[in-house]
Amino acid sequence: MTASERAAEPSAATGAPSFAQRYWRLSAFMRDRAAVVAALFLLVVAAAAILAPLIGLYDPNDADNAMRLARPGAAGHILGADQQGRDMLARLIWGGRVSLLIGVAPTLLASALGLILGMLAGAIRGFVDQLIMRVLDVVFAFPLVLLAIAISGVLTPGIRTEIISITIVLVPYVARLVYTTTLGVIAMPFIEAARAAGASQATLLARYVLPNVLSPVIVYATTLVGLIIVVGSGLSFLGLGVQPPTADWGAMIADGRVVLRRAAHVTVEPGLLILTVSLAFNFLGDGLRDALDPRAARR
Amino acid sequence: MRALLAQRLLGALPVLFGVSIVIFALIHLAPGDVTTALLGPQATERDRAELRHTLGLDQPVPVQYAMWLARTSAGDFGVSIATQRPVAGLVLPRFANTIILAASSLLLAMLIGYSVGLLAALRSGSLFDRCVMTLTLLSGSAPPFWLGLLLVLTFALSLGWLPVSGMQNMAGDGGVLDVLRHLVLPTVTTALAPAAIITRMARSSVIDALCRTHVRVARAKGLAPGALLRRHVILNALPPVLTITGLQLGYLLGGALLTEVVFAWPGLGSLLYDSITARDIPVIQATTLLIALSFVVTNIMIDVLNAMLDPRLRRVEV
Amino acid sequence: MANPILEVRDLVTRFGSPARGVTVVDGVGFSLYRGRTTALVGESGSGKTATALSVMRLVESSGATVAGAVRYDGQDLLALEERAMRHIRGARLGMVFQDPLTSLNPALRIGSQIAETILAHEAVSAGEAWSRAVDLLKRVGLPAPAERARDYPHQFSGGMRQRVMIAAAIACSPEIIIADEPTTALDLTVQAKILRLLHELQREMGAALLLITHDLGVVAAMADDVLVMYAGRIVERADVDTLFHAPRHPYTQALLACVLNIEDDSRAPLEPIGGQPPDLRDPPPGCRFAPRCPRAVAACRQVDPQLLPVSNRQAVACLLEQKEAAYG
Repeated sequence: MTASERAAEPSAATGAPSFAQRYWRLSAFMRDRAAVVAALFLLVVAAAAILAPLIGLYDPNDADNAMRLARPGAAGHILGADQQGRDMLARLIWGGRVSLLIGVAPTLLASALGLILGMLAGAIRGFVDQLIMRVLDVVFAFPLVLLAIAISGVLTPGIRTEIISITIVLVPYVARLVYTTTLGVIAMPFIEAARAAGASQATLLARYVLPNVLSPVIVYATTLVGLIIVVGSGLSFLGLGVQPPTADWGAMIADGRVVLRRAAHVTVEPGLLILTVSLAFNFLGDGLRDALDPRAARR
Repeated sequence: MRALLAQRLLGALPVLFGVSIVIFALIHLAPGDVTTALLGPQATERDRAELRHTLGLDQPVPVQYAMWLARTSAGDFGVSIATQRPVAGLVLPRFANTIILAASSLLLAMLIGYSVGLLAALRSGSLFDRCVMTLTLLSGSAPPFWLGLLLVLTFALSLGWLPVSGMQNMAGDGGVLDVLRHLVLPTVTTALAPAAIITRMARSSVIDALCRTHVRVARAKGLAPGALLRRHVILNALPPVLTITGLQLGYLLGGALLTEVVFAWPGLGSLLYDSITARDIPVIQATTLLIALSFVVTNIMIDVLNAMLDPRLRRVEV
Repeated sequence: MANPILEVRDLVTRFGSPARGVTVVDGVGFSLYRGRTTALVGESGSGKTATALSVMRLVESSGATVAGAVRYDGQDLLALEERAMRHIRGARLGMVFQDPLTSLNPALRIGSQIAETILAHEAVSAGEAWSRAVDLLKRVGLPAPAERARDYPHQFSGGMRQRVMIAAAIACSPEIIIADEPTTALDLTVQAKILRLLHELQREMGAALLLITHDLGVVAAMADDVLVMYAGRIVERADVDTLFHAPRHPYTQALLACVLNIEDDSRAPLEPIGGQPPDLRDPPPGCRFAPRCPRAVAACRQVDPQLLPVSNRQAVACLLEQKEAAYG
C-alpha cells in the first residue's frame, strides 16, 4: 500500500480521517477542473434558488398579457416570457427551488434509509439480510420511472407525493450499493482486529464500517441527484408534481409544449437548465469519486 | 443451463409475489374509501355494497388479497371506472403498441450503441471518440421528453417531414408505411438515453477486452483481424453490454411512458397516464402489473443469455 | 555451427517520444539455430519479454517503436507489412506466453483455440482443423483429448492450460518457438513436466527454441546457449557449460553466486546483489552495471562496453574482461 493510499484509509485507531487526509482529498478534487466548474455552477444555481425572494425578480406568477410570449431579450425580460406573460427568468429561478428540492430531498432520504438497511443487511446477515434484500428485490422488479409514476398517481398529486414516491423507488439502489460495500468492508482484516480488541457490533458499524461505506454512497448519491432531477421533471411534466401556478422546470416544459411552434424558448430554456444541472452533478460525482478513492482514479 | 433457468424462475416467484402485493396495495393507498376509488364518486350506495361484497372488503385483508390474486390470475382485471368496460380488453391492445415502440427503440439503441461504442473503443482517444463521449453524456443527462419535443420542433413543426403525433392502428387506413412514419420520432426519442448508456458500456467493455492477455496471444497466433475482433474481443466484451441492454428494456417499459404521452402513442404508458388522471385504479393496477411482469421476465432472459455467452456463469449457485 | 535460422541485430525498442521515453531494449543482437535451445536470462525489467515481443512485432500496438533488423528466411521481419507479418506469426514463429490463466479466452472451447491457429494459416476445413487440434492435445500429453477439446479453460488446471498453450503454439509446426517464462506461473512439480514436453517437441520438430526465464535452474536443465540480459542489453553470451563453469561478466557471476549449488559443500553464504537495476528512462553513463559491480573501476563509469567475443564460445560486455582476454 503506498503512503497516499494509507493516508486515504481512515486510521484504524480513531476511525476518523485525519485533517491531513481531508485536505489531501480536497486538493485531489481541485485537480479535476470539470468537477470544480460544476461545483461552482451548482453553488450559483443553489444560491439563486435559495435567495430567490431577495433578488429583484419579477413575481413568477405575475401574468402580464402585454408581454405574452415575449422573445428572450425583449424589454425587461432577459429570457423572455411564457404564454401568460410571466417572466421566464423568475419562473426558472423560483422553479429551481422546487426542482432542486425534488432532486435533493429524495436522494438524501433514500441515502439515509439505504445506508441503514444496507448496513444492517450486510452486517447482521442471516434472516434479516434475506428479508431486506427480498423486499428490495420486489421494488427492483418495477422500472424506476414507472413505479414512481404509479405511486404518485395513486396518492394526491403534489410535491410531497413526488418526494415520497421517488424516495421509495430509490432506496433499493442505494441499499444494494451499501450492502455490497459493507460485505466487502467487513471482510477486511482491520475489522477482525477491531473485534478482537473488543469492539461491539454497534461501534464496529458506526466507527469502522460507516466511514468506508460513506464514500461510495456520497459519490453515487451525487450522480443520482442529477438523474432524479430529470425523473422529477418528468413527473412534473405529467402533472403529478407541483400544481399550477407554482413553477417547476418540468411543469414549465409542459406549459411550453402548447406553444412549441410559436415560442420555442418557453420549452427550450427549462430543459436546457435541467440538462446543465444534471451534467454538473454528473461531473461533480466524477470528481468526488476521484478525490475520495484514489484507487478508483482513472482517465 | 436448464438448471439455471429453473433456478431463476423459481427465484422470481417470491419477487412476483411481492409485486402482486404491491399492486394489490395500490387501491388501498388511494385516499378515500376503496369503493369510491373503484366506482367513482357517483356510485350509488347499493353498487358500493355490492362491490364490497364482491371484493370481499368485509373480509380480512389476506382473504381479499387471495380473492384478488385468484381473479387476476384468471385474467379478470376488473372493470375500468372510466369506460365501464373490462380492463383486460382495454389493456392488451395497448400492450402490443407499447411492445412495438419499446422493441423498435431498443433495436435502434442497440444498433447505434453497439456499432458506435465499438468504433469509439477501437479509435479510443481520437476526435471521434471524444465526440461520442460528449454526445452520450449530453443525451444521457437531458430529459428525454424534452429532447422529444425538440425533435418534434425540428422535424415535425419546422421541417414538416414527420407527423407530430397520433398513430393509426396497424390495421388502420394509413397502412404500415403510415405507422412507420408515426413511429420514427417516438422511437428516436425513446432510444436516445438507452443508446447513450449502451454506447458508453460497449466502449468501455471493448477497451477492457482489448487489454486482455488472450488478445495478445491471439495476435501472436497470427489470426486475421476479423477473426481476432470477433472471437477474442467482441465475444468477451458482450456480457456486460448485454446486461445493460437488458436493463434498458426495463427503462424503456417505464420511460416509454413519457414519450407515449408526448407523441400520443396509444400504448400502455399513455393508458397509464390517462388512467392516473382519471384515477381509474383497476387500469392503473393492470398496466403496472403487466409492465412489472415483463420486466421480471426480461431480466431472467438476460441472465440466461449471459450464461450462454460466458460458460463460467452456467453453474447454479447454491 | 550451421547457419542461424533467425538473426537479430541492433534491436532497439523504445516507448514514448524521442525526448521523453524509455528504451527497454537497447542494441540487442543474437542468433537462433535449428534444434538448439537458447535461454534468455535476466531479472524482471531487464527487457527479455520486450525483446521477444519485438521480434514477434507485437509490441508496436502498445505504442513502441522498434529499430534494427530481424533476419528470418531471407527477409527482415521489421520491414514487413503487418499483413505479411501476420502470415509468419503463429505459422513460422510460435510463442508460448507466461500466464496460462489469462492467456486463454474463457469464452471459447480450448479445441477451438488451437484450431483457430490452423485455420488462420492453412486452407483446411473446420472439421479437419478440429481433429488436428485433438491430435495436438494428445501430443502434448492431455488425457482423453477428444472429450477435453470441447471443454472450457476454467475447467483445466494450470499445467494443463499451459499444455494447451503449447499445442496452439506448435499447431502449424513453426521453425522457431519463443517461450516466455512458460513455467513461472506453475507449481514446481508441474514445471519439470512442461519443460520436458517443450524439449521433446523441439527435438521432434527440429525447431529453434528461445526460452526466456529468470530461473537459472531452468537454464541449466534446458539450454544449449545462454544470453544474459541486464538493463536492456545482453551482457554475456556463452554456451551453457561455459556460462555455468566460467562466467565472466560480474553480473553473471553475481547471479550464479545467488544460487544454491547442491554439490557445493563450502557453506559459503548466499550473496544477493546489492542495489537496484537502473532506471531506463535515465540510464547511468558508462557501463550500466557499474553502480552495483564489485569490480568496477573509473573507466567503467565512462565507457559503455560493447558485447565482444572473448573466446570462440563466449562474448562479454565488460571492459575488464575484454582487456583480460586481449592481453591475457
